[in-house]
Amino acid sequence: MSRVKWLVPTIYIVFLMLPIYWLLNMSFKNTNEILGGFTLWPREFTLANYAKILTDRTWYMGYVNSLAYVLMNTVISVTVALPAAYAFSRYRFLGDKHLFFWLLTNRMAPPAVFALPFFQLYSSIGLFDTHIAVALAHCLFNIPLAVWILEGFMSGVPRELDETAFVDGYPFWKFFIRIFMPTIAAGIGVACFFCFMFSWVELLLAKTLTSVDAKPIAATMTRTASTSGYELGLLAAAGALTIVPGAVVIWFVRNYIAKGFALGRV
Amino acid sequence: MARIHLEQLSHSYRPQPRAEVEADWALRGLDLQWADGGAYALLGPSGCGKSTLLNLISGLLQPTQGRVRFDERDVTALEPGQRNIAQVFQFPVVYDTMSVFDNLAFPLRNRGMAEPDVKARVIEIAEMLDLGASLANRASGLTADGKQKISLGRGLVRSDVAAILFDEPLTVIDPHLKWRLRSKLKELHQRVRRTMIYVTHDQTEALTFAEQVVVMFDGQVVQSGTPVELFERPAHTFVGHFIGSPGMNLLPCEIDAAGVARFAGHAVANASRDLNAARGKKTELGVRPEFVHFAGVGIPVQIERASDVGRFRIVDARHGAQLIKLLVAEGEPVPERQAHLAFDAQRTRVYADGWAVA
Amino acid sequence: MSSKTPNQKAWWLVLPVVLLVAFNAVIPLMAVVNYSVQETFGNNEFFFEGVRWFQQVMQSARFREALQRQILFTAIVLAIQLPLGVAIALAMPRRGIGLSICLVLMAMPLLIPYNVVGAMWNIFALPDIGLMGKGLNELGFSFNYTRQPVAAWITLVAMDVWHWTSLVVLLAYAGLSAIPDAYYQAARIDGASKWAIFRHIQLPKLKHVLLIAVLLRFMDSFMIYTEAVVLTGGGPGNATTLLSIDLVKIALGQFDLGPAAAMSLIYFLIILLSSWLFYTVMTRDEEH
Repeated sequence: MSRVKWLVPTIYIVFLMLPIYWLLNMSFKNTNEILGGFTLWPREFTLANYAKILTDRTWYMGYVNSLAYVLMNTVISVTVALPAAYAFSRYRFLGDKHLFFWLLTNRMAPPAVFALPFFQLYSSIGLFDTHIAVALAHCLFNIPLAVWILEGFMSGVPRELDETAFVDGYPFWKFFIRIFMPTIAAGIGVACFFCFMFSWVELLLAKTLTSVDAKPIAATMTRTASTSGYELGLLAAAGALTIVPGAVVIWFVRNYIAKGFALGRV
Repeated sequence: MARIHLEQLSHSYRPQPRAEVEADWALRGLDLQWADGGAYALLGPSGCGKSTLLNLISGLLQPTQGRVRFDERDVTALEPGQRNIAQVFQFPVVYDTMSVFDNLAFPLRNRGMAEPDVKARVIEIAEMLDLGASLANRASGLTADGKQKISLGRGLVRSDVAAILFDEPLTVIDPHLKWRLRSKLKELHQRVRRTMIYVTHDQTEALTFAEQVVVMFDGQVVQSGTPVELFERPAHTFVGHFIGSPGMNLLPCEIDAAGVARFAGHAVANASRDLNAARGKKTELGVRPEFVHFAGVGIPVQIERASDVGRFRIVDARHGAQLIKLLVAEGEPVPERQAHLAFDAQRTRVYADGWAVA
Repeated sequence: MSSKTPNQKAWWLVLPVVLLVAFNAVIPLMAVVNYSVQETFGNNEFFFEGVRWFQQVMQSARFREALQRQILFTAIVLAIQLPLGVAIALAMPRRGIGLSICLVLMAMPLLIPYNVVGAMWNIFALPDIGLMGKGLNELGFSFNYTRQPVAAWITLVAMDVWHWTSLVVLLAYAGLSAIPDAYYQAARIDGASKWAIFRHIQLPKLKHVLLIAVLLRFMDSFMIYTEAVVLTGGGPGNATTLLSIDLVKIALGQFDLGPAAAMSLIYFLIILLSSWLFYTVMTRDEEH
C-alpha cells in the first residue's frame, strides 16, 4: 500500500478520536481545573468522577435502565422479525409488497413527530416510566430494520433447504429453529447489532416516556447539566462510560462488521 | 506467439514455507514446456494446483521459486499487463457499463491503438465470435455464454497475445450451451493458432479440446501426453482413475520370486518389464474395464450386477473382496453367476507406489 | 433465485410484527391526524377545524425558514459525507490487523448515544475550554459558535460528518469487498489505469450500496434532533433551528397541538415523498 493511501484513513481516524480524547481528558479532571484553564492532559489526574458515577445510585441506574430497555427491545424486535422475514422471503401473499413498504416507511418517521402521541399513548395504558414502554416504542423503527436485514440474508438461502427438511418430515418450527436459524446466524447477528445500536443511541423517545424508574442515562446527564450547573468533569465521565457498551459490542462483532454491512444484499 | 517454459516452479501460499513439509506447497518442482500455438489442457481435481499454475503463467502470482520464460525471455518479474497473455476466468468478467464494442476495444485503447485500427480489429473478432450483431448492446445484457465470449474476445483482440489462458471458463454456463462454447473454442484455436491453455477438472472438456493434456495431482505433474496416451498408457494410478468413465481397475498384486505379477495367486500377464524394481513398494495391477473380457480360464469371479449405460453395459464382478469392472458390448451375453476374467496383457501394467512400472 | 409460493397462511407469521408496529405507528398517527384537524382550549374539548392548521403551518414564515435550514443542512451533509465516505473506503486496507483496527475505530462514533455526541461537541467547540474552539481561536479565527451563526453551522456540520461518515465508509467498504478479485485481475491484464478501474469496475458495483447510503443519510439527517439540540439548542437565536427542533418546541414546549400535528404530517410527508423520489430515480437508472 502506498504511503499516501495510508494517510487518508489515518487522518480520518485521528479526526474521529479527537473529540473522544477530549472527553476522556475532561473526565479525569475535576470541574475546577476544567473551567480554570486549558490543559491537554489532566494536571491533577482524578478518578473521583468515575467513582461518583459507579457508586451513586441515581447515576449508575441510568446505565442499567438504558441497557435494560435496549436488550428488551433487541430481543423483541429480532424475535418477531424472524418469522415475518421468512414469510416475506419465501411466500407471496395478499398485500405483501405493500406491507413491506409500509414497514419501511416507519423507519422514515421523525421521532419528533411521535414524541407527544407516544407520551399520551403509553401513559393511557399505564406504561409510562417503564422499561418495556421504551422497548416497545423503539420497535417502531427497529422491527422494520430487522425485517429488512433478515429478509436479505434469508433470500440468500436456497429454498431447497426448506423443501428438503419438509420432505424429511420436519415440522415447521423445528425446521426453523434447528436448521434455518443456524444457517442465517450471521444475519441474526447483524440484525441484533443494528437493533442494539439504534435503540442504545435513541434518546428523544426514551426521555419522553420515562421519568424516574426507568430513566435512561441520557436524562440523568441532561438533568445534571441544567440543575447542578455544569459539573463538567462528572458529565464527561458519564459520557465516556456510555461509549463503553458500544465499544464492547463492536469488539465482539469486529470480524463481521464488513460482511454485516453488506446486509446480505450486496 | 511464444514458447512458454516453466522452470523448476514451486509455489507456496504461506509466507515462510518449510522445504520438507509437502503440505506447505501448492506446487512443487514443476518443469513444463508449451510449444507455440498448441491447445493444452491442465486437468486435475480441485486443489491440485492448476489454478495456481495458471496464475503464475499469467503473472497474477509471483512464484516462490523458479522462473517463467516466454521464448527465452524471463518474464517472472513482469506484471500481467506486460506479459502478452490474456485470461478468461471462471465467471464472466465484463465491464457492465460499457457496450460490447467498448468491452472488446478496452484493451486496445488502453495500449494506445488508433481508433480506426481498433474498430477494424473489434469487428473482425466480433465476427469470429458471432457477436457481430450485438456490438452496440450493453454488455451487461448478454447471457453468461455471451459474456464469456466477450472475455475471450478481449484476449483475441490483441495481436501481441502469446497465450490465452482459460480458468474453468464453462463453470457458470448452462449445460446445454457448454458444448457449443467448447466447439467454438476449438474452432477458434484452429483458426488463430494461438497457444491456448485450458484449466479444468472435467475430463471431457480437457480431452475434447486439447492436443496435449497435462494431468496434475497434489501440486505435481503426473503425466503429460495426448488424450490417447493418457487413456491407453496411464503413467500414474491417478490418471487411470481420473480419466475414463468408469476409471481403471486397480488390483493389489505381489511380485513373486520369479518376477511374475500375481493377483490373489493368479499370474497376470502384463506390459511392465522391470518388475524386480517394484519389490518392496505398494504394487497394484492396473487395467481399464475396456480391456477386461470374459474367458474360459482366468480369474474366477462372481457376477454381481450389470448396469446398462446405453451403448454398452458395465459389469461388476467380484473376486473375494476385490471388485473388478468390465465393459460388455450391447447384445453380448453376460454370464449369470460365475465366470472367468482375462486381461489384455498389452494394456495391463503394474504400478508401484502409484507410478507405472516400465 | 427460487421463486416464492403463494400462501395466505403466511399472514400468521407477519402478524406479531404488524401488531407491534401498527400499535406504535397507527394509533399515534391517528392521534396526530386527529389533532391536526381540531382545535382545543383545554378541558378535553375539541372542535373541528378542517385544514386551518395546515394552512397556518404552510403559510408561517417560521415553518418555511425551518424547512429551508433543514434542506440546506441535509444538502451540505450529503455532499460531504458521500464522496468522503467512498474515498476513505477506497483507501482502506483490504485485510489484516490494520483493517480490524480501522473498522473498530471507525465504527465507534456510530454507537455513542446522540446526547453524548451533542455534549461532546458542545464542549469540544467551546472557545475557552474546547480543543477545537480554543485551537481555532489560537490560529487567529474568531470562533464562537454560541454567538456566531456561521460558527454554529460549521460546528453542526462538523459534528454530523464526524458522527455519520463512518456509516457510508462501512457500507461502501462492504460493497467494494463484494467485488470478486477476478475483476481486478482482468483489469490488470487489460492494462487498465487506476482511474479506469474506479470508473468501470468499482463505481458501478458500488451503486447499490450507495443507494442505501444516500437514503439512510437523507432520512436521518432530515430527522436530526437530539445531537443538534444538545449542541446548539437551535441557536444562536434560531440560526440552527432545524425542523425537528422547531417541531418539538411547538409540540412539547408550547403544547400547540393543532399546529404541531399539522406540521408533523407535512414533515413526514416530505420525507416519504423525497425518499420515494430518490429511490425511483436511482433504480430507474439501472433499468434502461
